[in-house]
Amino acid sequence: MTAMTKWINEVGPQNDIIISSRIRLARNIRDYPFPIALIKSKSKEIIKEVSDSVISGCEILKNEFLLQEMEFLNPLDRQVLMEKHLISPNLISNADKAAVMMNGDESISIMINEEDHIRIQCLLPGLQLDEAWSMADKVDDLLEERISYAFDEQLGYLTSCLTNVGTGIRASVMVHLPALTMTGYINRILQAANQIGLAVRGIYGEGTEFAGNVFQISNQLTLGRSELDIIGNLKDVSRQIIQKERDARATLIENSKLQLEDKVCRSYGILANARILTSQEAMKLLSDVRLGIDMGIINGIKCKNLNQIMIMTQPAFLQKLANKALSTNERDTRRASLVREKLGSE
Amino acid sequence: MLCENCNKKPATVHLTKILNEKKAEHHLCEQCATQQEGVYFDTSYSINNFLTGLLDSIQDSPIKIDYIQTTKCDKCGMNYGKFKQLARLGCSQCYNAFQEKLGPLVKRIQGNEIHVGKIPRKAGGAILTKKEIKSLKVRLDEAIRKEDFEHAVLLRDEIRELESKLGD
Ligand SMILES: [Zn+2]
Ligand SMILES: [Zn+2]
Repeated sequence: MTAMTKWINEVGPQNDIIISSRIRLARNIRDYPFPIALIKSKSKEIIKEVSDSVISGCEILKNEFLLQEMEFLNPLDRQVLMEKHLISPNLISNADKAAVMMNGDESISIMINEEDHIRIQCLLPGLQLDEAWSMADKVDDLLEERISYAFDEQLGYLTSCLTNVGTGIRASVMVHLPALTMTGYINRILQAANQIGLAVRGIYGEGTEFAGNVFQISNQLTLGRSELDIIGNLKDVSRQIIQKERDARATLIENSKLQLEDKVCRSYGILANARILTSQEAMKLLSDVRLGIDMGIINGIKCKNLNQIMIMTQPAFLQKLANKALSTNERDTRRASLVREKLGSE
Repeated sequence: MLCENCNKKPATVHLTKILNEKKAEHHLCEQCATQQEGVYFDTSYSINNFLTGLLDSIQDSPIKIDYIQTTKCDKCGMNYGKFKQLARLGCSQCYNAFQEKLGPLVKRIQGNEIHVGKIPRKAGGAILTKKEIKSLKVRLDEAIRKEDFEHAVLLRDEIRELESKLGD
């Protein structure tokens, strides 16, 4: 089920630190109320208008895009799409009015009737913000051939929330920063990112805890700067963070090689042998093992792609694999056996 | 100033109501203001109110409850109070309906007021056309003033053509 998802399966530039790059564009159709004020029959018109313009707009895309209306998708499948980062929680809470169109490798998803009528998302492995932007830009042009966007001369693309108005762009990278976390520099980095207008949040885990040392960094402002400026800014910061993480990894090797190896190998030992694994524990240990693989401490395991394990051990995904609903305890057992199997020796 | 309703507490809420083009001012204490029928008074500080709550803090003028009450988007029916609650606009027309309030709010949230970046080809073309029409109209006025009617007719036709293009 993850086999076709590009960001999960393929390797991209700087993939040891940047897990994925994402561009999301918010767009609305001129003559309809925004989704928050939309009646169901109108929402179906919008789904039709958007899917028609994708399908009739381009011969190549015609066969590549699949339309899925949320209300006809069972809750588990919706959840799986969310765990694969292809749709947002908001799209699920709008299920009766919402839909998604995805291409074959799931690098493009067009969410319909999320907070805005159209959310174009391009998601690629590694640091590929420019590539993701160029894809999103093309999809946007394609849609605009048939759709009249809500656009204002002064304010740009009009969105339901003022935090998206202007370019409607949200550029983000998902980063794995274990060494910066271990050495305690992470807070300073996150603060600095905040000060230059970037938002940082943890991906997994609740509240303030950043489970798995995976963070998402994205632009907060959308008005008054061009898309390329916004992307360039995030790219610069990503490069600096990559460098800092590399430095921190080098420092760890230099000052505490043995302790690092011990930590990584213990975590691997637990993952390769545990019979019960909570989601939280798995994320934490997988972060260590990912670091171990990236630094050449752990070799010769079957699955080199920890993205797959990261996604497949999520609650809905496990239930999808089992083809039935699972209790928390059952999930923890299944999670442990899946990880054991994936992390076994070659 | 004392509250005009109870005459006991100091008036902290100042309302300007405009009804049938007549302006009426009311000065009430907080308690009486909340009890006024139909008056929207925000007492919760939920996350949803956060963005729009910013607005009240930037303006030193007394809270204008009448704005919240009476300003409504004709197209989607969203009123300003509802927008404050949801922190989401109901349609693109809301941007015009709440323009007076949204201006400073956008500036506060985004630090900017003018879009820089991609312009959609269709809507963007219209923007360029509008600009052209504007400048042609200036030239038309000039031609009329100079009584150069031959030129004025040409300009008028050009404007008409562009306007019909916009109408499509
Ligand atoms: Zn009173
Ligand atoms: Zn409206």
